[in-house]
Amino acid sequence: MTVREHSPERDPDFQGTSPESLLAELRALLPPASLVTDEELLRPYECDGLSAYRRLPLAVALPEDEAQVVAVLAACHRAGIPVVPRGAGTGLSAGSMPHPQGILLSLAKLNRILHLDPLARVAVVQTGVRNLAISEAALPHGLYYAPDPSSQIACTIGGNVAENAGGVHCLKYGLTVHNVLRLRIVTIEGDILELGSQALDAPGLDLLALFIGSEGLLGVVTEVTVRLIPRPRTAQCLMASFDDVRKAGEAVAAVIAAGSIPAGLEMMDRGVTAAVEPFVHAGYDLDAAAILLCEADGTAQEVAEEIARMRAVLERGGATGIRVSRDEAERIRFWAGRKAAFPSAGRISPDYYCMDGTIPRKRLGDMLTAIAAMEVTYGLRCINVFHAGDGNLHPLILYDANVAGQLERTEAFGAEILRLSVALGGTITGEHGVGFEKLDAMCGQFLPDELKVFHGIKRAFDPQGLLNPVKAIPSLHRCAEMGRMRVHQGNLPFPELERL
Amino acid sequence: MSLEAFRERILERRPLRIRGGGSKDFYGGPLAGEPLDVSAYRGIVSYEPSELVVTARAGTPLAELTAVLAERGQWLAFEPPTFRGPATLGGAMAAGLSGPGRASHGALRDFVLGAKLMDGEGRVLTFGGQVMKNVAGFDVSRLLAGSLGTLGLILEASIKVLPLPVAQATLRFQLAQGRALETMNLWAGRPLPITAAAWDDQGLMVRLAGAEAAVRDACGTLGGVRVPDGDAASHWTALRDQGHPFFAGEAPLWRLSLPSTAPPLDLPGDVLIEWGGAQRWLRGDLDATLLRDAARRAGGHATLFRGGNRTAGVFTPLPAPLATVHRRLKAAFDPHGVFNPGRLLPDL
Ligand SMILES: Cc1cc2nc3c(=O)[nH]c(=O)nc-3n(C[C@H](O)[C@H](O)[C@H](O)COP(=O)(O)OP(=O)(O)OC[C@H]3O[C@@H](n4cnc5c(N)ncnc54)[C@H](O)[C@@H]3O)c2cc1C
Repeated sequence: MTVREHSPERDPDFQGTSPESLLAELRALLPPASLVTDEELLRPYECDGLSAYRRLPLAVALPEDEAQVVAVLAACHRAGIPVVPRGAGTGLSAGSMPHPQGILLSLAKLNRILHLDPLARVAVVQTGVRNLAISEAALPHGLYYAPDPSSQIACTIGGNVAENAGGVHCLKYGLTVHNVLRLRIVTIEGDILELGSQALDAPGLDLLALFIGSEGLLGVVTEVTVRLIPRPRTAQCLMASFDDVRKAGEAVAAVIAAGSIPAGLEMMDRGVTAAVEPFVHAGYDLDAAAILLCEADGTAQEVAEEIARMRAVLERGGATGIRVSRDEAERIRFWAGRKAAFPSAGRISPDYYCMDGTIPRKRLGDMLTAIAAMEVTYGLRCINVFHAGDGNLHPLILYDANVAGQLERTEAFGAEILRLSVALGGTITGEHGVGFEKLDAMCGQFLPDELKVFHGIKRAFDPQGLLNPVKAIPSLHRCAEMGRMRVHQGNLPFPELERL
Repeated sequence: MSLEAFRERILERRPLRIRGGGSKDFYGGPLAGEPLDVSAYRGIVSYEPSELVVTARAGTPLAELTAVLAERGQWLAFEPPTFRGPATLGGAMAAGLSGPGRASHGALRDFVLGAKLMDGEGRVLTFGGQVMKNVAGFDVSRLLAGSLGTLGLILEASIKVLPLPVAQATLRFQLAQGRALETMNLWAGRPLPITAAAWDDQGLMVRLAGAEAAVRDACGTLGGVRVPDGDAASHWTALRDQGHPFFAGEAPLWRLSLPSTAPPLDLPGDVLIEWGGAQRWLRGDLDATLLRDAARRAGGHATLFRGGNRTAGVFTPLPAPLATVHRRLKAAFDPHGVFNPGRLLPDL
């Protein structure tokens, strides 16, 4: 069947597509090990890191090179079958959750570092290369790739590009969008486009910036040129304790206001430090209501200057204790606890739901106070870890999916945090993306006319709406329904759950 | 001018040429359409130093903005050129140009956090916001940077600002072009607080900025001749605004954007290099095809920046599939082709 031009009004309906001839075609195009149709073997692909949302795809295709990616996309395009790209599946917004009538396109086999030029400070890598593998390859040259999501051992650079991933060092060194020079992408129509270049700009519109963070809706990345930067000579991490989360939040704004851009500025409340400490032995102050981790990097003198300046600001801000990492091992331990925050939540609770709103730094205290009140309203615990310097929050709502009603309450809790993020002048997602998870929340952040522009952008790359459908940008119909429901019931239900 | 007045003009559906201060009238494709003057739509909407963000209307002069930021010890680290004219924030955003520190601080687009725009149907749309991290929806505000006004009327922009560096120093080295290129690239790969590096026939100039100790250390490590602070400041401003003698006179000015390691190009004409090798200026009546081929072979592209014979287009033409995406995007924002026709691409 043919799919009509993608309309912003409604979600596309692929019910009538007949996959048999497509599967035969894919079988002919791909090596045998690169096409999975067996239900048992499809299971590992049913969700990403947000496992509350699961679906089985029609099949999983695992192309081995760009030519196979082109062939798979062109075949799906001809057949009118949707395609969902997937990197490592560590996403936290169900962005690579399969489409039941579609092909899941895993890019995991495109995992070679093609070229690393230490003089030009760039690496050209295939999309499936893991984030950390790039920095490891650059290490002998005294260089690294700056954005360091906590999932960096596993997540792919293509997934980072699709989400505009950040990390604890992004405050000073920027997000994915600041560290990628060039992309090679394949459109659903099978065209290869180069966005950006190894120069610092390219003619025409800045499609590189537009593409980064586009969540697999505009094209499939096959190759990425990243910028590498020199490793700082030395770094030190300061850990400050606070007896009150609000004071800790205010101290964050004070550090920035005093003219420092720390290499990292993170916050964890007692719930998180208590969860992490038994596993990581980072040496966190467990009596503190919240701790801040502030990093300075550069030359030894520069670091000393910066640490002294931050210490003074934090002391003035009411820190009850301050410790500075004495050596590299201790600095790494301080960060290890931070990077293990999500997995630790999984150890103390059967399930957890990670939120990702961003708010102006000065509102951190307000948000934390509001979350504490919501814990009571929803009868669920929430522990908090933040990229505080960027105002990017990761409240982790603890729940048990096996207890009837808890998931629904968790989602209502999360939705309220997101609404508050927007109300405080922020956004529903700082780095994890909208995916499938936050489609409804998008209706609260954007007006219908703005959504129409997003759909126009989508159509410019994918006129039929076949790439990662029903993700990232809600249809106007969906938002209209949402609005009606908000009016009828006062509270936000999650209608898609019943359909899963 | 009010939003309502802008909307009325747009809804007439006649080609409009959006104009802020006119400091970049020389830049891009031919000026077409009736002027739409945005300079009166000005003023800082909000500025919170501790949030590192300023939001201002498009017509706000860059001079006013930088003065307000300086009072609070902050600046626009992408150093937008004013070309010694009454440049505005909207014009800077539309042109997307960045100054001498581009290779280390980043480009204008790297600092854009949000934008408000009036599209070709006269609708006011808001994208991005005031926060540092925001991945909700496509990144339209960054797409506007460098769009030369072809997607819509930029009404307002939210821009990330940074603390002014505590200390600065500029060093001069007597080096020929080839050695200078090599040196700039080698140093950029070392943990040195270099924020700009430029070469002309007087030699290599390197700007250091950061903490007191870091700048002092780096001066010791690199050597060279320390340029007096006043001279250094005027040098970098002159480069940014093309007040440097290299840019004087009427000879056509070409801009080559190349990988920083591209070797010296075997082309006629005077050369000035910025951005640690990644931006190279050429003066002279050069053959467009010859230049574009040379730039492409080196991994970059060439723009006829000022003057010269502009009939063959000023920007490097796009490959067909990319051009198609451009046309479709234009249609999504400006279906009646109202804004700045031909300024970015001949058929856009
Ligand atoms: C423990 C943990 C910690 C995390 N910490 C962070 C953090 O600190 N910062 C942060 O930003 N994120 C973090 N994340 C989220 C996640 O790791 C990132 O979003 C990451 O960028 C996803 O990469 P991936 O390869 O796993 O992509 P996937 O999850 O497979 O896919 C993510 C999205 O990208 C699309 N996609 C993947 N590959 C391509 C491609 N080649 N072309 C086009 N589209 C593609 C998919 O369709 C999907 O929409 C964390 C996740 C976990 C589980």
